[in-house]
Amino acid sequence: MSAQAASVRTLTVEQVRKGLASREFSAVELAQSALEFAKSENPKTNAYLHFCPERALAAAERVDKKLAAGGDPGLLAGVPVAVKDVIITKGVRTTCGSRLLERYTPPYDATAVVRLEQAGGVIIGKTNCDEFAMGSSNENSAFGSVRNPAALDRVPGGSSGGSAAAMAQGTAVLALGSDTGGSVRQPASFCGVVGVTPTYGRVSRYGLVAFASSLDHIGPFGRTVRDAALLLQTIAGHDECDSTSAFAPVPDYVAQLDGQVKGKRIGLPREYFEGLGSESGALIATGIEVLKKLGCEVRDISLPATKYAVPCYYIIATAEASSNLARYDGVRYTVRSDSETLSDMYRATRGAGFGAECKRRIMLGTYVLSHGYYDAYYLKAQRVRALIAEDFRKAFAEVDAIVAPVSPFPAFKIGEKIDDPLEMYLSDIYTITGDLAGIPCMSVPCGKTAAGLPVGMQIMTRHFDEAGMFRLADAFEKAGGTAG
Amino acid sequence: MKITEQEVRYVADLANLKLTDQEIGRLSKDLDEILTHIDTLNEVDTSQVEPMAQVLYDSEETATLREDQERPCLGNEAALANAPLSGSGYFKVPKVIER
Repeated sequence: MSAQAASVRTLTVEQVRKGLASREFSAVELAQSALEFAKSENPKTNAYLHFCPERALAAAERVDKKLAAGGDPGLLAGVPVAVKDVIITKGVRTTCGSRLLERYTPPYDATAVVRLEQAGGVIIGKTNCDEFAMGSSNENSAFGSVRNPAALDRVPGGSSGGSAAAMAQGTAVLALGSDTGGSVRQPASFCGVVGVTPTYGRVSRYGLVAFASSLDHIGPFGRTVRDAALLLQTIAGHDECDSTSAFAPVPDYVAQLDGQVKGKRIGLPREYFEGLGSESGALIATGIEVLKKLGCEVRDISLPATKYAVPCYYIIATAEASSNLARYDGVRYTVRSDSETLSDMYRATRGAGFGAECKRRIMLGTYVLSHGYYDAYYLKAQRVRALIAEDFRKAFAEVDAIVAPVSPFPAFKIGEKIDDPLEMYLSDIYTITGDLAGIPCMSVPCGKTAAGLPVGMQIMTRHFDEAGMFRLADAFEKAGGTAG
Repeated sequence: MKITEQEVRYVADLANLKLTDQEIGRLSKDLDEILTHIDTLNEVDTSQVEPMAQVLYDSEETATLREDQERPCLGNEAALANAPLSGSGYFKVPKVIER
């Protein structure tokens, strides 16, 4: 194994391509060293729940064969990828961070998984997450918390905390996560990597275990904007297995990373800067200065419905979750608590299998949908959701992008907030609006606090304008971020 | 109080969740706090707003329909492979109807 192949820690997709082209290393060598490195590092963070060496080596062999035959090995040829364990993989256990699916082996692949492997990507393992993607700290995993590589006593964020930690630790070059209320962007910001929530429908949800179907997105992580854009390009596009996937053509995102951001109009929503921690606020302010130096035109805007986003989200998301999670009843999915009658079996299985946060959300969702409350809660929330979407529509008539913080504070200590669910929910305030409106949004690294904790800056654009979002983020990154 | 322990037990029943007394107590407190916060939505006048159930984009009404063609499906064996208990090609569950 070559020395270069062992440095998965810093590789980009482009460097993998060059390394393979120059025969510096083979895809199989890279996969082997990535697996070895990830396994040796994993005890520090618990980022991975399990590895899939057979699948990884088979994928890498296909890439090497194509290269040997002079064929096109694909955009992600040989690139080690970590996949959040809510995205199903045929023959490779998919647990969703839940005891209920501890032994579940899916009979088919998610569309995103099929597409990334068709592009030559090499899935090395499945990453830890909050149970059924419900949480903001990764502390709700049935298989233990993930620790933040930047500070091992702190959370990596959630729910895609394992994917973000794997990226920050350098054990994968790319990762897939899922975002329903900020679950890609918030951990990306806490771990100091790039995380993207594309437009709703941009990526097929086929094979993404459902949490809240009208809000769920699969999203890519990269260590650079370019890498995240490449992964999105690979997995995006219509899929006949998901009727909510969009028909809009997928542009060449990377070709549009031309640094042309002069004159771009950027809105700063004042509601997103209230209640923002001082250190995070100072870093975002420095980031905004960088954008100004790049020639962007910055102005204050208002998104007045923002203050209602948290209650709106926690009605809609929990209502949809209570319905989606009804299927885990002891009949089809591996785990059952034996009882005399069928209904007792359902109750016992679910009571023993779900963790505290899932139970809380199933209960809230069932309550808001129950007889007599539907109009007051669920329908009301859907109307407020329309107002939040309308805020963005109006704003994007005046600006090309919106820049905001991702989280009110950097990574907090493990155990610090777990006993106060409402406080944990309120910390999602800056990210859930994008999911409710369905617009593309991302977190790009924006410096570190004095204690060395990463802070992310959020960029949001119009529906399907991922290209504009990436262009701005890439220009910001190339200007050195806040160090520029 | 937005929600009583009795209501929590009723909702748990609807949700098919067997909960301990301790869990019921904790959930009563948590749900009460969350529902109180959710009440802020009542400040918003939504009388002129249509509910938004889904993010939708312009496309033909039939765009999501595919050709009605026969295709191979998952198959019985694969569909049952993860069942806690199966037999004769079926999912097996405790007795539902008394003889």
